[in-house]
Amino acid sequence: MHIVVCIKQVPDSAQIRVHPVTNTIMRQGVPTIINPYDLFALEEALRLRDRFGGEVTVLTMGPPMAEDSLRKALGIGADRGVLLTDRFFAGSDTLATSYALAQAVRKIGETWGVPEIVFTGKQTIDGDTAQVGPGIACRLGLQQLTYVASIQNLDLAGGTITVSRRAEGGVQELKTKIPALITMLEGSNEVRRGSIGDVLRGARAELVVWNAQAAGIADMTNCGLRGSPTVVKRVFAPKGRAIKAIQIDTKDRDNEAIVEDLIARLYAVQPSLEDDLLRMAAGY
Amino acid sequence: MSTAPTPAPAASRAGMKKELPERFKAYKHVWVFIEYEHGQIHPVSLELLGEGRKLADKLGSELAGVLLGGGRAALQAAATEVWEHGADLVYVCADPLLEHYRNEPYARVMTDLVNTYQPEIVLLGATVLGRDLAGAVATTLLTGLTADCTELAIDDERSLAATRPTFGGSLLCTIHTLNFRPQMATVRPRVMAMPPRTPGRQGRIIEHATGLHEDDIITKVLRFLPDRDSNKAQLAYADIVVAGGMGLRSPENLQHVRELAAVLGGEWGGSRPLVQKGWMEADRQIGQTGKTIRPKLYIAAGISGAIQHRVGVEGADTLIAINTDRNAPIFDIAHLGIVGDAILLLPVLTEAFRKRLSVNRLAG
Ligand SMILES: Cc1cc2nc3c(=O)[nH]c(=O)nc-3n(C[C@H](O)[C@H](O)[C@H](O)COP(=O)(O)OP(=O)(O)OC[C@H]3O[C@@H](n4cnc5c(N)ncnc54)[C@H](O)[C@@H]3O)c2cc1C
Ligand SMILES: Nc1ncnc2c1ncn2[C@@H]1O[C@H](COP(=O)(O)O)[C@@H](O)[C@H]1O
Repeated sequence: MHIVVCIKQVPDSAQIRVHPVTNTIMRQGVPTIINPYDLFALEEALRLRDRFGGEVTVLTMGPPMAEDSLRKALGIGADRGVLLTDRFFAGSDTLATSYALAQAVRKIGETWGVPEIVFTGKQTIDGDTAQVGPGIACRLGLQQLTYVASIQNLDLAGGTITVSRRAEGGVQELKTKIPALITMLEGSNEVRRGSIGDVLRGARAELVVWNAQAAGIADMTNCGLRGSPTVVKRVFAPKGRAIKAIQIDTKDRDNEAIVEDLIARLYAVQPSLEDDLLRMAAGY
Repeated sequence: MSTAPTPAPAASRAGMKKELPERFKAYKHVWVFIEYEHGQIHPVSLELLGEGRKLADKLGSELAGVLLGGGRAALQAAATEVWEHGADLVYVCADPLLEHYRNEPYARVMTDLVNTYQPEIVLLGATVLGRDLAGAVATTLLTGLTADCTELAIDDERSLAATRPTFGGSLLCTIHTLNFRPQMATVRPRVMAMPPRTPGRQGRIIEHATGLHEDDIITKVLRFLPDRDSNKAQLAYADIVVAGGMGLRSPENLQHVRELAAVLGGEWGGSRPLVQKGWMEADRQIGQTGKTIRPKLYIAAGISGAIQHRVGVEGADTLIAINTDRNAPIFDIAHLGIVGDAILLLPVLTEAFRKRLSVNRLAG
């Protein structure tokens, strides 16, 4: 079988710094990682390949340096890496991103065989929208299975797949036809470490690098800024609260006194709370 | 936004002229997709009605709820709740095929409704269901969708200004959908305040036939297993939340958090590292990648107040922080703070509340 996994290279967001004056992101020196959520998708794809045979192609759209993420994915065990990179893609929102990625998946299908499953992560940690997966599914006319916790059954001959997915207030078991697009829930598997052989192969492998035209995109009006219906008009830092916390005096006081002071202050700043607590304690 | 916004494109496009194509000029009114499942409206939909009301009033247009589901009678009853939370009218689509949520039939009906009645703005809850649906509908309509908004407003050009955190909350950005309609946005539960309910408030119903056939729907629901521990879901809507962070130092000390929560009749949770360390279930994580909460009282014990945590708790009426480090960022958003050891203070606080609440109960 053939599986495509969409991965994104993202800044390690824990380490993002915002310039205090200009409010711009200071990217210099910020390490990049594969979007952590995409690793669960990659692992699930590798497991299916190990069971059913076939190939896993990882696809990323980004600047040339995004090839790092593909090499890492090959190092974990993927078979092929495709980098979609073109200045026409700059400034893509989710709609334009899903367009470009969908076109690339089509082209991948024409070149190495139509994938039975396309995987994405649940969401990215920088864009954080969870929209690109459904967008790709919609554009390719694939059945959309989001927040999948586990794949119960895959019947390649019968062309069906059964999954459990996180739904509102419970778990839904769904059966559908392949090809399908799956967005994988975090924590649904344990991501493997690649073998030494894979890591070396990943470092040396020849990547497939496509610009828009090579991916079969003729019409640039659907790409990048031009293909994005949304526009970022303003970027700004969140403002903190103007007033600092009232600090309870702890000097030379025992914990009982500190706590009594805290409760007294609490009831002073929010008088209704005492009633609320009493009512709850009384079981209303 | 998938490619995370940077100020560069923002600046270069900020001056872009709005030229709404002729075919979109008739698009009017604000819609809220009402998430209705298992006989209940998800509270986030009611929160959105409150927000939608303000947008509609600013635009001088109507606010509509969109209700999809299996049984006609049940939906009509639910419509009352939608009116009472501020809607002028409710689009009702009753079809047995809509009894349980599935992407395909829901996305089809939503797309059809939008094309037929042409709303200017469509809001959905950023729940599992809402995100699954919104992405498909926006892509089919080829319009803009802004996820996880924390603020919605109408600008001078009557366009929706949707503000959302980006880069894990380090920055906020305001996003517009200039030349397409509808303008779509999702908002997480508890980010917006619940509007007051006006009993007896009435509105109109427009019933819309779905034209669905089961044979056309490829995906089948085999089973639905409701979450056993219903408490999990209650964290987001709890009035009192006590949470612990790495400052508690060991999983055993989480007991202090649970006990205080129990005495206060509230829920408990924690910061993300507690989940990563396996001290607590992921459902109890509070913050950007966990739950947004909006309690009357939030007590953060041994939590530093990193931006990703902060965005999930800022809506609390009163926030108490207990931290050994007087420079911990949590004190920037707390109302009341104690610079001290949470492991020692929590049990004392629990005891003090226990006494007060039980003494008063006897007296009352
Ligand atoms: C993409 C991404 C998403 C994230 N999402 C979330 C999220 O949703 N929610 C979340 O919480 N985090 C999230 N994080 C993690 C976040 O950045 C912080 O790392 C995390 O919130 C820190 O948790 P903490 O405050 O418990 O631990 P620490 O940062 O280790 O802080 C511990 C605090 O306890 C104090 N302390 C130590 N001993 C005591 C004591 N005895 N008594 C009292 N105080 C004491 C210390 O002074 C310190 O302030 C995310 C990170 C990333 C990169
Ligand atoms: N530029 C990209 N290249 C490859 N995959 C992407 C890209 N952007 C998003 N994705 C995929 O879409 C998923 C959802 O992204 P998002 O909508 O940004 O939260 C991610 O987990 C990735 O699998």
